Amino acid sequence: MNINTTKVISLLFFIFSAFYLYTAYQIQVFAFDENAPFNARTFPIYLGYAGLFFSGLKLILPDPNTIKVNHKTLEYKKTLILIIIAIIYGTTILKVGYFLTTSLFLFSSYYFLGERRWVLMFLLSFPFVAAFMYLLHGVLDIYLRDPFLQSIGVMG
Amino acid sequence: MIEGILIGLTTALTLQNILMVMLGCFFGTIIGMLPGLGPMTAIALMIPITYGFDPATGLILMAGVYYGAVFGGSTSSILLNAPGVPGTVATSFDGYPMAQQGKAGKALAIAAWSSFAGGTLSAIYLLFMAPSLSKVSLSFRSPDYFALMILGLTAIAAFSSKGQFLKAMMMVVLGLMLASVGQDSLSDITRFTFNNMNLTDGISFVLVVMATFAMSEALTIILKRNDPTSAAKQVSLTELGSIKINKEERTKMYKTIPRSSVIGFLIGVLPGAGATIASFLAYGMERNVVNDEEKEKFGKGSVNGLSAPETANNAACSGSFVPMLTLGIPGSGTTAVMLGALLGFGVQPGPRLYMTNPEIFWSIIMSMYIGMVILLILNLPLIPYIARILAVPKNYLIPLILFFSITGIYVMSFNNFDIYLMIGIAVVATFMRLYDFPMPPLILAFVLGGLMEENLRRSLLLSNGSWEFLWDRTLTLCILLTTILIVVWHFYKTIIKK
Repeated sequence: MNINTTKVISLLFFIFSAFYLYTAYQIQVFAFDENAPFNARTFPIYLGYAGLFFSGLKLILPDPNTIKVNHKTLEYKKTLILIIIAIIYGTTILKVGYFLTTSLFLFSSYYFLGERRWVLMFLLSFPFVAAFMYLLHGVLDIYLRDPFLQSIGVMG
Repeated sequence: MIEGILIGLTTALTLQNILMVMLGCFFGTIIGMLPGLGPMTAIALMIPITYGFDPATGLILMAGVYYGAVFGGSTSSILLNAPGVPGTVATSFDGYPMAQQGKAGKALAIAAWSSFAGGTLSAIYLLFMAPSLSKVSLSFRSPDYFALMILGLTAIAAFSSKGQFLKAMMMVVLGLMLASVGQDSLSDITRFTFNNMNLTDGISFVLVVMATFAMSEALTIILKRNDPTSAAKQVSLTELGSIKINKEERTKMYKTIPRSSVIGFLIGVLPGAGATIASFLAYGMERNVVNDEEKEKFGKGSVNGLSAPETANNAACSGSFVPMLTLGIPGSGTTAVMLGALLGFGVQPGPRLYMTNPEIFWSIIMSMYIGMVILLILNLPLIPYIARILAVPKNYLIPLILFFSITGIYVMSFNNFDIYLMIGIAVVATFMRLYDFPMPPLILAFVLGGLMEENLRRSLLLSNGSWEFLWDRTLTLCILLTTILIVVWHFYKTIIKK
């Protein structure tokens, strides 16, 4: 059986809108605001109904422009690895610091995408990040938290 | 106005701002050349850099990136038949055949001069139109603003989705839903935070832009095994030919440029339309007005066919600034990103902008002239070399885009949660992109969400909860009827197609 993925996304959006609408009705407003023409839950309630309306229409109406995606040709493995590396980067950046985590993130991303020119990989990670850090922190005066560089005395 | 022009010139002509225009034009040209990476991505990647500057400088940089990206898109259209941005698709119709005839240098020169003329002329139109429209828009009231926002969101959905209006409207609603997360601006009641303190202030605009554009575009390139840089490796420096334009060609351009610039500017002013529609309309119109002999050349390397869309797409860029600067309502996804950045700077665009922040208002307009000159000087002789820079392998380009995206969020919030949220939104956006769910309507809705709720609140409170405010004022009614016309026209066109 062929499942039209656009319809599945529309169904998910319909469910999401229903959940959003339910949550909108649960928003606590001040007692004196309860019967006001407009309170904190009015706009979200309209949005919830709008979401149900448009996704409902998409579900009901025929879809002449069906998008077919050949999943066999998609590069899921590399994409997933990149996402995982990005999550690890996001997890460690505050604790370890900007310089080391960013350099390692770039270096490992190049590696997992198939790059093997080690010198170029190094130049476009550690020195590149150092230069970029200097631009942000040194020139543009944008604060960058870096416990690692602070611990070795490079950053004040 | 003279005083404003002088203020603008004083601000725009500082060494720092000239450097920003140059940097923006250069960076925009490079990103714009890469098929798939448009001006919105280029501007999104620039946001972290702008944090260190004042609002005028930040916006000048972003404006430079915008027209640089449109200019860069035409280069890849001409040399590689691979438009970097949708607005330059029409450029490839005659630009690429010209390049194939060994006249790539000439095609690039025609495109460069047309872009320059289109951009410069439309900046003049903007100069005269923006202050007048600002004065007119002072009479706008909340119901008018609310109706105008409905019009903008409907128009962008109708124009940006290639027959997928409902998908685009779903993205509009999703954008408004995302904007509703966090504290209600009036009562301070938290909504949709699920007791998560990180969501109390709402979802950051930069986070949503980075996730739905920069990051999801990078993931899409990997997922689809595209290599936007591979085509650039084919560019040969020796096969470009002369960049000189002869007298006959110049005469043709003199006629094409004024009319295409007017079309481009007017289309750019309309909410939701923009460079793509402007360039196609100008191309179509040009084909109808030239003589039969010239008409035959269209699609085979016509000078008029190349000059018209190039003039129009650059003119549309300037035109799209009109609703943003005068009404505070962006007409396109790109200007929505800029509006979000301006709000981030604490500047409220709108009819009073040219009174409260004249240096921002006028310096953007003045920087456009400077930008056009810089684009011409910088790009014309350097285009082949810039094209070679693009041969940076995908393996380096993608991690660098991810790096800029995550850095943008990191320097803004120093918060792990925001990074996770960005990755989550990017993954969802990547999946939705696969099925042609357009992202610009989402961004525009996200930016307008707060303003829309505020104006609806005021309108409903003033009318004591009645929706009559939608037809009480003639102006509101006219805007609403235009919205209905767009929807009806869109459905009519879809039915006719079937």
